[in-house]
Amino acid sequence: MAQKTTIWKITSLLLGLGLLAMIMYGCPSQTGMLDTGDAAQRVYVAPGEYDEYYAFLSGGYSGQLSVWGLPSARMFRNIPVFSQDPESGYGYSEETKPLLMTSYGFIPWDDSHHPDFSHTDGMPDGRWIFINGNNTPRVARIDLTTFETVEILELPNTGGNHASTFVTENTEYIIGATRFSIPYEKDKDVPIDSYKENFDGSLSFIAVDPESGEMSMDFQIIMPPYHYDLGRAGKGKSADWVFFTTYNTEQAHTLLEIYASEFDKDYVVAVNWKKARDYVREGRARTVPANYYHNLKDKNTSIAVSTVHDEVLLLDPEDAPDMIYFLPTPKSPHGVDIDPTGEYIVAGGKLATVIPVHSFSRMLEAIENEAFEEVINGIPVLEYEATIIGEVENPGLGPLHTEFDGDGNAYTSVYISSEIVKWSLETFEVLDRIDSYYSIGHLMITGGDTPNPDRKYMIGLTKTSRDRFLPTGPKQLHPAQLYDISGDRMELLLDFPTIGEPHYAQAIRADKIRDNVKQIYDLDENQHPHAVKRPRDARVVRDGDIVRVYMTNIRSHFTPDNIEGIRVGDEVHFHLTNIEQDWDMVHGFAIKGAHSGEVLIAPGETKTTVWRPQRPGIYPFYCTAFCSALHQEMQGYVRVSPAGSDVPLTWRTGEE
Amino acid sequence: MKKSTRLGLILAALLLLPAYFTPIWTIKLTAPQYPQGLGMYIWIDDITGHERHDIQNINILNHYVGMKEIDPELVSTLDIMPWVVGGLMALAVISALAGKLWLAWIWVVLFVAAGAAGMVDFYMWGYDYGHDLNPRAAIKVPDMSYQPPLIGKKTLLNITATSWPYWGTLWIGLSLLAGTAVTARDSFLKKKGTDNR
Repeated sequence: MAQKTTIWKITSLLLGLGLLAMIMYGCPSQTGMLDTGDAAQRVYVAPGEYDEYYAFLSGGYSGQLSVWGLPSARMFRNIPVFSQDPESGYGYSEETKPLLMTSYGFIPWDDSHHPDFSHTDGMPDGRWIFINGNNTPRVARIDLTTFETVEILELPNTGGNHASTFVTENTEYIIGATRFSIPYEKDKDVPIDSYKENFDGSLSFIAVDPESGEMSMDFQIIMPPYHYDLGRAGKGKSADWVFFTTYNTEQAHTLLEIYASEFDKDYVVAVNWKKARDYVREGRARTVPANYYHNLKDKNTSIAVSTVHDEVLLLDPEDAPDMIYFLPTPKSPHGVDIDPTGEYIVAGGKLATVIPVHSFSRMLEAIENEAFEEVINGIPVLEYEATIIGEVENPGLGPLHTEFDGDGNAYTSVYISSEIVKWSLETFEVLDRIDSYYSIGHLMITGGDTPNPDRKYMIGLTKTSRDRFLPTGPKQLHPAQLYDISGDRMELLLDFPTIGEPHYAQAIRADKIRDNVKQIYDLDENQHPHAVKRPRDARVVRDGDIVRVYMTNIRSHFTPDNIEGIRVGDEVHFHLTNIEQDWDMVHGFAIKGAHSGEVLIAPGETKTTVWRPQRPGIYPFYCTAFCSALHQEMQGYVRVSPAGSDVPLTWRTGEE
Repeated sequence: MKKSTRLGLILAALLLLPAYFTPIWTIKLTAPQYPQGLGMYIWIDDITGHERHDIQNINILNHYVGMKEIDPELVSTLDIMPWVVGGLMALAVISALAGKLWLAWIWVVLFVAAGAAGMVDFYMWGYDYGHDLNPRAAIKVPDMSYQPPLIGKKTLLNITATSWPYWGTLWIGLSLLAGTAVTARDSFLKKKGTDNR
């Protein structure tokens, strides 16, 4: 009884405090309701209607890229990029496995952070979207007519490709950089505490073919051993430049949370990429050994092919003057974001109490006047006062990333105080602030990183959800919030779960992509060497222990669907061609005991899965995609006989 | 035969030309899974899809109920029709050149007969197509047949089929109308005796 009394006392006390709080501050949920009372209507897209925007959210440690509609926040697709995907067979099928090859072998996972569209005149053109893999440094290209990963390029001599993928005005370059400085020299074995002598930073410039989109490692720049965190391409007047942030200019190699946070200022790095490119074309770069993979899906055969490269062009700032400058910036800046005019360079002073804003034109003046504090490895350090144009006071704790609405306002995500602050690019004063749920990383405004933003929606990509949704265990989902920014005040519309851990995101008006999306792969253009386009050409061919099954899929049967004469020890390649030419008519294939995922075959496509039967017996296989009314009947059998058996190789579908 | 009648018959011949370049009939099938529909055009010498792969996709759906494949190669009428139309064009021209009204009347009669035969053949084709089903079909619905409508709209299980004449038929109709009108007028004037040839 005594216990019960105590509970009552505590309850009354809490109720009293709650009431007091409500009297003093008003009911929080009610104010929220008043602010966004019609939020549901504003995000509602009626059944069968289309969203206004495509949004692409990076998957973070899922290694994928998810595709959403805005404003409904409905997810359409999860594109596998750096991760094997048992759902689609990506990274399991023989056609896609080469995409995941690196100089370290087959790596079926990476940490995908920052998607960026291909650009024409500074605006996303809806042709391709690129995304980086941070861990084993890579950059991928996704074709937006098929929403499939078609190319992955490894970055040599790089430790953690985080400041990537950011794309220049006309997709001349995708940038990349070392987040964790390592010895630049390939496979160099040195003591870790020789960091200052032996470690280097590097910046990468990946060229993109304007017609095919094919990427190539054009050149790298060797840098002091700092950590290169994030980047951005300039725009408008600053379009010839790219910018990176640095932290760990302290050059620590252990306990970085303390040792890399000591200096008052680190740097924003400004690189004139046109000048760098000219130096490289003039022959100022030297060719150095490297080892990296370039994996490209062949347009005709749809088979990815890996090419290994063994050298790269390296430019040293000591040999290339007037190309790179350091802009001192407070306290381990994270994001570096350029306003729509290309004038303001906003750094997220992660541990700073202000948001520092540099002026591009003042930077050019400072360079002209040689307002240098010092020169490091041939790179002049500009005077802080010479480039800074404003500091936003009281931005909250831990400002990270900034996007823009095109009307002179900037929006900065603030991690520690878990909010977004809106501030003026004219007065550098905070105009509005709104909560994040919780601990926001990147934010993304529709077109907010382009010269011409759509002042409509903003997404906050947050790191923890804690109590926001029905709980699902100790590891909760990473959520995102959708805000309306068309008015003076930011308004929260929606809080929604995401896939993986989205870091950055991109959005584009739906009409830039929608009408170009392919509905089928044209069977007539399928040049896969193992394709069969007519059931009567289906066959099984033995070559030693390798057996190739040339199989067609169409509603609702496989040809052939009975196969005998397979032996234990064989390596059976099922080459599956979906001979349908109807949109969304996908067939799948799985066979009992296969050490693989299923494969999904889109209409007109050929996919291959390899199976090594280990025991004699009868093995059913079936279509995994519910294709038709007779889907359950879309199956077959393989008879596996013991090794050395003389059962002849036969196949059939139907009795004739 | 009046000069205007000769010209009218030449015109009737020319009006048949477009029938070689535009379909004469269209059939559209819509279903819950095919909101945009699948469809086929019937030409005097071919059957094609509204979209490139529609015929293939219609055949795939039809095989479940045991319908035969639509294969233009196997429809003999499509081999004959261009010659019939060509013959009618030739006869119209010959009538005009010869200036014989009785020839023109033969043309009218043959035209009507060919048109009627064409429609009957089309109906028979549709009947056969909808009734002659593979007895081993996966889906068998008692008393159900799948004959598409000759003209108009009909629901067949989950599919709504609509069938209408297309531009080619309009040109053919205009040809018949023009040829018949000038021939009849000429005959009428001749009978009244106001012929001032």
